[in-house]
Amino acid sequence: MKFAVIVFPGSNCDMDLYYAIKDGVNEQVELVSYKETSLDGFDGILIPGGFSYGDYLRSGAIASHAPIINEVKRLAELGKPVLGICNGFQILTEIGLLPGTLTNNRQNRFICEDVQLIVENNQTQFTSEYELNEQITVPIAHGEGRYYCDDETLQMLKDNHQIVFKYTHDVNGSIEEIAGITNKQKNVLGMMPHPERAIETILGSDDGLKLFQSMVKKQKDEVQL
Amino acid sequence: MLLAKVYVTLKDSVVDVQGETIKDATHSMGYKNVLDVRMGKYFEIKFDKRTDDFENDIDSICDDLLANPNIESYRYEIVEDN
Repeated sequence: MKFAVIVFPGSNCDMDLYYAIKDGVNEQVELVSYKETSLDGFDGILIPGGFSYGDYLRSGAIASHAPIINEVKRLAELGKPVLGICNGFQILTEIGLLPGTLTNNRQNRFICEDVQLIVENNQTQFTSEYELNEQITVPIAHGEGRYYCDDETLQMLKDNHQIVFKYTHDVNGSIEEIAGITNKQKNVLGMMPHPERAIETILGSDDGLKLFQSMVKKQKDEVQL
Repeated sequence: MLLAKVYVTLKDSVVDVQGETIKDATHSMGYKNVLDVRMGKYFEIKFDKRTDDFENDIDSICDDLLANPNIESYRYEIVEDN
């Protein structure tokens, strides 16, 4: 399986993602510049955390108009897996691939700590290796991670089982402790916590590894069919 | 030349945590009568001429870039700037 890690000016978790794929699940991975206009040949798209364009205007707002974005949207529409982590999640909401918005933490300060997450849906290509309701430890590092959406959107998320990860307690003021959601088709996942920083126990946790293993398993199963 | 003055503000339904922090600071300064602070963004956009769909153009710039319609609303005024 061949992954693309999209690199924007100000991305800073791109290498963490790169190593999570290369060393964590031993698959192919390439860094792809935001200036590129083709993602042909890639089986999965990863949008890393960081501060693209210095978070100018709003986090993810400027990145959402970068040259590569049309191609990200095209592959998402084709059903290819797209994973946005932290700033990647913010970018996916800004480009409309995921509903809702990430805005300032309720405490109005940057939070950097390990958090407990509940796997709310393990019937997705990102979470199939987890148990339903499994509790996992993954770090967060964000100032604008409070998930917000209107009531109608929240109901849609629930009805379609799009809420994939929740915090076990109120971490940043997110509606219903939402930490990660998918699109309706379940091929686009955005999450504020960093699974790519939790792939080795020596670094605190390897609970993030199963997410990448799930993605690889889905792709290998499809190739066999 | 034309100048569009654009004001982007958080919708009332969205908690403005930065505004709250600023309000707390005004209280620290001794202005106990400050009831509420809402923070927004202000943009000045210069255009060299008016297009046929000028208002639509500004709406698009606001909807697709300057404001996030999920949480923010905007208003603008256009003035001659010579």
